[in-house]
This record gives sequence, C-alpha cells and structure tokens, in this order.
Amino acid sequence: MGNHAAAYGAKLAKAEVVAAYPITPQTQTVEKISEMVASGEMQAEFIKVESEHSAMAACIGASAAGARAFTATSSQGLALMHELLHWAGGARLPIVMTNVNRAMAPGWNIWSEQTDSLAQRDTGWMQIYCESNQEVLDTIIQSFKVSEKVLLPTMICLDGFSLSHTYEIVDVPDQQLIDSYLPSFDPEYKLDVDNPQTFGAMNSPDWYYEMRYQIHRAMVEAKSLIIEANKEFDEIFGRSYGLVENYRCEDAETIIIASGTIASTAKDVIDTMIRNGTSVGLLRIRSFRPFPEEEIREIAGKAKNVGVIDRNISFGHEGVFFTETKASLYDLPEHPKAFGFIAGLGGRDVTPEDIEDMIRITASGDADEVTWYKLKDAGVVVTK
Amino acid sequence: MRLTLPEQELMSSGHKGCQGCGGVMAMRYALKALGEDTIVVIPACCWTVLEGEFPYTSLRVPLLHTAFETAASASSGVRAALRVKGKDDVNVMAWAGDGGTFDIGMQALSGAVERNEDFIYVCYDNEGYMNTGIQRSSSTPYGAWTTTTPVDAFEKAHKKNMVDIMVSHDIPYAATASIAYPEDLIRKLNKAKSIEGAKFIHILAPCPSGWRCASNQTVKLARLAVETNVFPLYEVEHGKYTINRKPRKKPAKEYLSLQGRFRHISDEVAAEIQEQIDAGWEKLLKKEKDSME
Amino acid sequence: MDDEIKYKNVKELPPMTVSTGLMLVNKTGSWRSLRPIIDEDKCISCMICWKYCPEACIDIVDDKPVINLDYCKGCAICAEECPKEAIEMLEEGK
Repeated sequence: MGNHAAAYGAKLAKAEVVAAYPITPQTQTVEKISEMVASGEMQAEFIKVESEHSAMAACIGASAAGARAFTATSSQGLALMHELLHWAGGARLPIVMTNVNRAMAPGWNIWSEQTDSLAQRDTGWMQIYCESNQEVLDTIIQSFKVSEKVLLPTMICLDGFSLSHTYEIVDVPDQQLIDSYLPSFDPEYKLDVDNPQTFGAMNSPDWYYEMRYQIHRAMVEAKSLIIEANKEFDEIFGRSYGLVENYRCEDAETIIIASGTIASTAKDVIDTMIRNGTSVGLLRIRSFRPFPEEEIREIAGKAKNVGVIDRNISFGHEGVFFTETKASLYDLPEHPKAFGFIAGLGGRDVTPEDIEDMIRITASGDADEVTWYKLKDAGVVVTK
Repeated sequence: MRLTLPEQELMSSGHKGCQGCGGVMAMRYALKALGEDTIVVIPACCWTVLEGEFPYTSLRVPLLHTAFETAASASSGVRAALRVKGKDDVNVMAWAGDGGTFDIGMQALSGAVERNEDFIYVCYDNEGYMNTGIQRSSSTPYGAWTTTTPVDAFEKAHKKNMVDIMVSHDIPYAATASIAYPEDLIRKLNKAKSIEGAKFIHILAPCPSGWRCASNQTVKLARLAVETNVFPLYEVEHGKYTINRKPRKKPAKEYLSLQGRFRHISDEVAAEIQEQIDAGWEKLLKKEKDSME
Repeated sequence: MDDEIKYKNVKELPPMTVSTGLMLVNKTGSWRSLRPIIDEDKCISCMICWKYCPEACIDIVDDKPVINLDYCKGCAICAEECPKEAIEMLEEGK
C-alpha cells in the first residue's frame, strides 16, 4: 500500500530521525516505520510525539542539528503543523514529509481531497503530487536529494485510500544503489558546539526581506534540480517523473489537467477516446511548488480548450490548480479557453465516465468557467 | 578573592534585556553550570528578543530559536539528532518563560517529559507575559495586577504548581531555583546534567518592568520570595522531596510591598495571600516528610 | 565571533537567519542614567557585584571588580547588593 511505500522510501533514504503521530489514512506509515526501527531494519531515532505540531517541531530540531528528518501526516494533522511548516521553510531545513490527502472537517471525513495540502501553498515547502505507490517511494528518495541541495523542505502528497491503502506492486530498489544516488546529509549550517551559531533570531526589515527573496530564489532553482534529480534517478533505476507528465498532449485540441490518482484514471480514458478519434491529451501536474508554469504554457498553450480537474476548492473562487493554470497561460498572445471542474471532494468517486464527461464538456468549448461536477442540485446534474 | 561561581561567561554583554532583568541573570548562571557543550532551544519569550538581532547573538553556545509552544518538542528532535550522530556528551537545554511553559508549551512539555527525553527544561518564571507588555499567565500569582488583570479585577486564580505537575510525570529530577541563590542554582543544573532523562528546573526571575519595581530590587525580591516562602527552594529526585532552605519565615508583606503590581491589594487580600503561602509551605513540608518515609 | 559583520547585499547573506557575531557590538552603556562608581577603599573584592551583574559586564582585573561602562545599563543591582556599600550610583551627566 502507499503508506508502506512511504515507510520504505524513508528507510531507503536513511532518514535518521522520524517524529510522527498517527492519523487516518496515514497511520500505516508510522506503524511500518515503528516495526522497522524496532527490528533494527531501519537505523533511526523514532520520536513518538504527542501531536503533529510536536512532530514537526521535533523534525525541525533534528534537522537543525544536522540529521535527515522525515515525518508523515494528513489533513487535520497537517493543519495543526501549519505554523511549523512556515518555520521549517523559513529556517531552510530539508525535511521530507508525506501527506496523505484527506478532506478537512467538519463534518468528519477521512477520504481524499487536496484542500489540506494546497492550503499550505505559501509555507516555503515544495509540494509533489503522486499518482502511484512506486512514485511515492521514488519521490521520497529524490526529494531528500533536491531538498538538501536547495535547502527547502518537501511535502509529498498521495491521495487518501486510492493510494494510501491500495496495494500495488512496488519495486524496492537496492540500498547500495540508493546510497550511490543519495549521499549522506552533511549540512554546512547546523547546531554544533564546536562552531556555535544562533538560528532564527530577530530579523528586522533590514534583512528579513532579502531572506524571503532567498527562499523564493531557492524555490525557483528547485525546478531544474527536480528535473536533474529525476534524470539521474532514471539513469540508475529507469524511472523518471519530472515537474509535469505530458501524456499524449502532442497536437491535442483538448487538454485535461489533473493531479494525483484522478490523473492516472484519466490516462485510460484518454487512450480510449484517442482510439475513438478524439484529439485529447493529459497534462499531469506533479510539482505544485515550484509551479511548472513554463511547462504548462509549452504543453497546453496551443490547445483549443483546457479543462482542469480540481479535487480541492478555494471557497468563493475556484479550484486551486485551475487558478494557477490560468495565470500561467495568461501572458500567451493567444491562449486556450480554460474550464475548471470541482470534483471528488471528500472522497467522492471520480469515475472514468466522469472524466470522459468532463473532457467532452471541455472539448465543446461551451461551458461555465467553473463547474461543480455532478453537484446534487434538485436532482439535476449541473454541468453548466 | 574567591569566586563562588565559575568564571567563564558564555552569555555576552550587549544583550537587550531590560535593566535588572532576572531572566538574563538566570541564563548567565545556567550556562556557567552547563558549559560550552550545550545546545540551547528558545521558544518565543523575552529571551527571543533580548538575545540579539541577526547577525548577532549574545550566546557563545549554539542556539535554536523556535515557535512558542515547541521548546520541549524541538529539544526532543535536537537530542534525537545528537544520539544518531553519537554525540552523547552534549547538553540540550530548553529555555522557556512561564507563558511557554505553564500555558502554550504545556502539551509538548508533558509529552517530552512523559517520553523521558534526555534534556534539561528550564522555565525562567517572571509570572506573566512580560515580552508582550505584562499580561497574566497561569503563573501570575493571586492578587497581582497585569494589563489583563487590571486592579478592579486583579488576578484571582492561583499559580499552577509546575514542579508537582512534572513530578506527576515521574520525572527523574525537578527543582526550583532562584537568581538570588546562584550557587544553589548552579548546583542544581550540575545535578540535572549528571542525571539521564528529563529534568525540570523552575527559576523565579523577577521582572522590574512587569512587577513594577526598581531595577536594583531584582535580587532582593528573589531572595525575599524564598525568605517569605512565596517561592521555596526545593528539589525532587525520583519523587523524593528535599527542601533546600527552611528560612525563618518573613511576612509576605515584606515581599509584596516592594512591588507595584500588588500596590492595590487590601489588608484582607494580603492576609489571604499570607494564608495561601502558609498552606503551601505546610503542604510542601508534608510532601518532604511523606517522601522520606 | 567578536567582529562586526557588514553584509552589503543579498548575495553575501547566509541562506537562513543565522547569527555568527556577538552582541558585544551593541554598546548598551548608552541606556544608562545612573553610573556606578566603586570606592576602592571600601571594596573588599568579595565579587558579589560581579556575581549578580545581569550584564556580565563587571570584569575581574587584578582580583578587583572593574565595571565596563560600555555595557553597564545602570540597573544598580551591584550597589544594592554590595555588603560594604562601596558602590555609589551617580547621575549621568553630572
């Protein structure tokens, strides 16, 4: 299952300190790590903290003291960490965390939705959305490499249940090969009694502004580093993901943009539709921060119609990926018509038929800008 | 000339503490005890501000600033990192005010002490949110004025007993200490250093700005707090209480009357405070007696 | 750690807020309105003033306390605690 893939990813990456707290649907990750640490299979300190807030605080302490730190959470737990996500980003600590995307309460809902992680957009964390369990494992290893170079933390997102609890065959790479790919963590700046330094003191408007600029530059720089890390990973392990995945978008008139498992479902739909003569492709956004605006312009810019499926909502506005996509396309001299779909909130199933339907609505070029797809509105399916 | 404290200064001059700050004195002594091989973790508190400003610091030991409620949890992470790196001879000292300890940091502190993390948690207690301009905390004593407990509605709740809360966690070592008795304070930090697991030191650190007293009264007030039994000096080792000083009891009024924050209190309230102090002292004597048996 | 640090631009900055210099650059003596004067005849070198100084700015020179006025904020704890009343606080500027 995806949660175990995450645990194996942390083990292979030789995370030295893990501090975590259980939450559905992430719990199997901390259980598996506990087992592996207890048996000696994984050489790490596992701090069983009393909250997610303390989990992130402990990761911050560990990372600041020079250890490779990992944690896992979801939804309410991620929200509780919020203050410290800013802290980790601002302190430039290369912590890696998996977040199992789950809807926020109330009402209590443990199923998949991305609003939890997208609400953490501006905390200085890279965010990568995965579509398979293999990708989760591989991304943890890649992310430590990128994070430690660029000195920013990474949040790796996987959909609740459709990845976290779904069994798939996952290749667990050889530890020696991983070690050759990911060197041990030896940061230049750390808490060290032989070289006493103070971290995170008062910083007046004199330099705080420049510190923020540096975080921004690091995030921009991360784009090429993610691509590079994937290339190098590909050379050793034969798998690569990139900032985005271009799935049959060449010359497609209609392009659908999605992330996570909705994207993987969409691939089958697109194969069938192309076979039946529709000109359609899928652009899967993998990296949300840094945001791949150039890739989106290049791949989707020439399409006639673009549809963005969002398993999240910025209330009163639209889906978050939709907003970001439109902003990326804005400065093209001629840009495609763009349509947003809110779908699958709180774990509601998004079926291949639904995706096909959304593609057809997009391809028609005639729809509301934003559709709450299959909203139960007086018994009528509202699409426009 | 004979010095009764280690000479080494790991806290430098030039910090931004107010004149006569008790919290600054506490840090100076703590570092004299623990020495260079110490990593300090400081959550939001007066020390956040007075410590320095980028790119300058007033500590000659590594210091991690962290969020308000995370002194104990961030320290847990630092300790874990030191353990995986095989650096077992380094002290980890969490350094928080009463707000960060009694109030917002209580959960993380409880968790870390329950896990028996190997660290020293010091609360330098100035009995209120002094950094934000003197608001009440759950450490503010009965009767006191603060900006959120104005004289017409002075503090009515009783100060929490943090040491007892720590003892309830089966903490290996907990103690109170005072900046008026630095030799005792240093002895206690040295003892804490020698014990593995969680240690809690509660230091009363008078605050001239917040207590509304003259800056030269800091040591005198800290001493009076001990001599009046307002803040007794004692330590608890694995549940065993030892009172370090059994002073000939001075009336609480001697302590209260020097502080503007108690200026408004009536004779009745003063008498009530005296009763509370006496009752607290009796309770402490009983704890000592009971734990001896 | 004792030197002054002068960053000119963002390129010279460390990647995070890390302080590597000492606050000794901050001469807090300017805060002072009362100046402590030690009467050497009365002083018995008990070093209680040194012990209680919140500024850590009383140096020990030839076994005697010497107040570093670059940092002394004039809190007067030393004068208050001196058992021989050997420290007098004089108003600055007078």
